[in-house]
Amino acid sequence: MSVDAGPRGASEPILRLRGIQKSFGPVHVLKGVDFEARSGEVTALVGDNGAGKSTLVKCIGGTYAIDEGEYIFDGRPAHVQSPRAASALGIEIVYQDLALCDNLDIVENMFLGREEVVGAARTLDEAKMELMAGQTLASLSVRTVKSVRQKVSSLSGGQRQTVAIAKAVLWNSKLVILDEPTAALGVAQTAQVLDLVRRLADQGLAVVLISHNMNDVLQVSDSIAALYLGQMAAQVRRSEVTHTQIVELITAGRSGDLGLTSSVASAVEGNGAQA
Amino acid sequence: MSTIGNETPQLRQGEEQPFQPREMNAVEYGRDYVQRLRGGEMGAVPGLIGLVVLVILFAILQSGFLSAYNVENMVIDGAPTIIMAMGLVFVLLLGEIDLSAGTASGLCAVLAAVLLVRHQVNWVVAVFAAGLLGVVIGASIGWLRAKVGIPSFVITLAAFLSFQGVTVIMVGGSGSILVTDHTLVALESASISDYMPIWAGWLMLAIVVLGYAVVKFRTLSKRRAAGLSTEPNSIALIKIAALAALGAVFIYYMGINRIITHTFLTSNQTSEGVPWIVPLMLILLFALTFLLGRTRYGRHVYAVGGNDEAARRAGIRVDMVRISVFVICSFLAALSGLVQLSSQAGVNSAQGGGNTLLLAVGAAVIGGTSLFGGRGRVIDAVIGGVVVEVISYGMSDLISGSNGPGWQQIITGIVLLVAAGFDAVSRRAGLSRQ
Ligand SMILES: Nc1ncnc2c1ncn2[C@@H]1O[C@H](COP(=O)(O)OP(=O)(O)OP(=O)(O)O)[C@@H](O)[C@H]1O
Ligand SMILES: [Mg+2]
Repeated sequence: MSVDAGPRGASEPILRLRGIQKSFGPVHVLKGVDFEARSGEVTALVGDNGAGKSTLVKCIGGTYAIDEGEYIFDGRPAHVQSPRAASALGIEIVYQDLALCDNLDIVENMFLGREEVVGAARTLDEAKMELMAGQTLASLSVRTVKSVRQKVSSLSGGQRQTVAIAKAVLWNSKLVILDEPTAALGVAQTAQVLDLVRRLADQGLAVVLISHNMNDVLQVSDSIAALYLGQMAAQVRRSEVTHTQIVELITAGRSGDLGLTSSVASAVEGNGAQA
Repeated sequence: MSTIGNETPQLRQGEEQPFQPREMNAVEYGRDYVQRLRGGEMGAVPGLIGLVVLVILFAILQSGFLSAYNVENMVIDGAPTIIMAMGLVFVLLLGEIDLSAGTASGLCAVLAAVLLVRHQVNWVVAVFAAGLLGVVIGASIGWLRAKVGIPSFVITLAAFLSFQGVTVIMVGGSGSILVTDHTLVALESASISDYMPIWAGWLMLAIVVLGYAVVKFRTLSKRRAAGLSTEPNSIALIKIAALAALGAVFIYYMGINRIITHTFLTSNQTSEGVPWIVPLMLILLFALTFLLGRTRYGRHVYAVGGNDEAARRAGIRVDMVRISVFVICSFLAALSGLVQLSSQAGVNSAQGGGNTLLLAVGAAVIGGTSLFGGRGRVIDAVIGGVVVEVISYGMSDLISGSNGPGWQQIITGIVLLVAAGFDAVSRRAGLSRQ
């Protein structure tokens, strides 16, 4: 199993997972997964349907507790047992199914659950929240929304994705995970969102991008991690692989001397969903 | 809950210019408003238009419709419906329903009556007990919904039936309990002279208008100081002036002596002033509007009503929010029951049954609260409640004889259907913009 050192190998990754195991009853979904994400980089997480990408992300985000394995964040072992604990560390997740409330406006959505209050009566500080939401969108160079007081129901798919991402970076987050942010978008909006993803990394955040679209992955990522049936086939530098190699890693778990050894790959295949 | 603790993450500092700092003028504001209406945020507008149309219609068709006497009666009769509808707004905001609010209000009123009459307790104790019963009922319904997972329709249908039964048993053989406690009965002015003094009415108006103006301008100046776009001063002033004018007409109107025919009983009595129920309703309106619009709790109610999964992921305790709205609803139902007790000066074994609940749900929906959840305000209950009452009075004057109540129900039903239609259509208008 190869985990790259990379050009920035000197710096410690912000997130390092070792041998993560996760089962749901008899279903063994993650079988000893290693994974790294670095600040200032986009790390793509790829794999076929059911490979375990969403499960891995939910383990990182504290939605699921890991059964076994090492979880090291910012150089320290962390015990992330709840989404709240993850966000306290600076980990934010933008889920595959967007977690936005249609009936609330952009500001209300961005501050949901963490509203600013003022005074002894603890009333909502609308002015402060509106200001900060506007600043965050501006700092991400988002120009596509007309007003931050627009209801989310009136936004396009790309704009919603933008709001969801802006919500994640409004807080001083260090690691932002995006689960298929471009899945439902057209060409122009996909380009916009990918642009945004790149800017996040350039601002110094660690970004993890889950995507089924190889073009997106190749265009925007620095590092690519391929999951194969619950195992990490390989995590490689973007510059060192070709389109074909990644597709082979995804579909067969190996490509030339990359990936799982043939015996391991076939063993994994043979065991399938067995515990 | 969390292994890390509750420290709030630090906010990211953006160095760039704030988003769109600009002042709208009145025309831009108007255009923005129309756009929002067309985007499906109609809110109370259809209800208000309907109200104006109905009032004009009935005023033309029936000469006594806008008499001070009639208006005062509409206020008093509408109060229990409006208060119940205020509570139902919270439940409807979550896309839930409480079919038991009517009979719960009856049950709580009967408890108060039994304590007052059969146990001779002080009215304060009776009111407290009724309110507490409301809270317990709401907490039970909320717990069954949130923790056990029974649909609220079923829970509250069961509660609707059984509360009716308990009421019959508690009232007992005679079928009614008369309440004579002066304070309670004065609330709905059951005797002809229990009204606010004229000066108190004007003072109340002054407080309301001044309070509204202060809140409005403080918000505006704060937003301006932060460089955010604001409502223009002219619009704010128009709103304040409109409130003052409407209020003044009402207070003046309620100051007219309503006794027109003098019998030997009433020859030296006057019936003038604002009913005591009005300040109570204003306090409820203010407090509940504040709760929904200005607190984190209120924001979370809207969030859970809009997308409970998103609310859960945002760290909101969805179950607690769900339970709390049923508590608020049943508590306000108890208050509504006490007000009804006051206007009848007693209770009977059918207390809170019949149309009570349906009219209150109708009021909330007519006022603009969505049955799909996520959209609605407390003021909707007031607007819708007034519409329901206007129809009821207008029709009963218009159609004399035994068919009157029948027509009244038919018209209320049609208006409710139209309101729900607006709700569904405007929801679609909002969704289609995705
Ligand atoms: N809560 C659960 N209980 C049981 N099995 C689960 C659960 N969640 C996921 N699985 C199983 O784990 C496997 C991995 O699922 P996961 O959603 O992580 O895949 P994915 O890589 O995100 O796929 P996709 O590309 O379709 O989103 C699947 O076989 C799925 O059925
Ligand atoms: Mg997935």
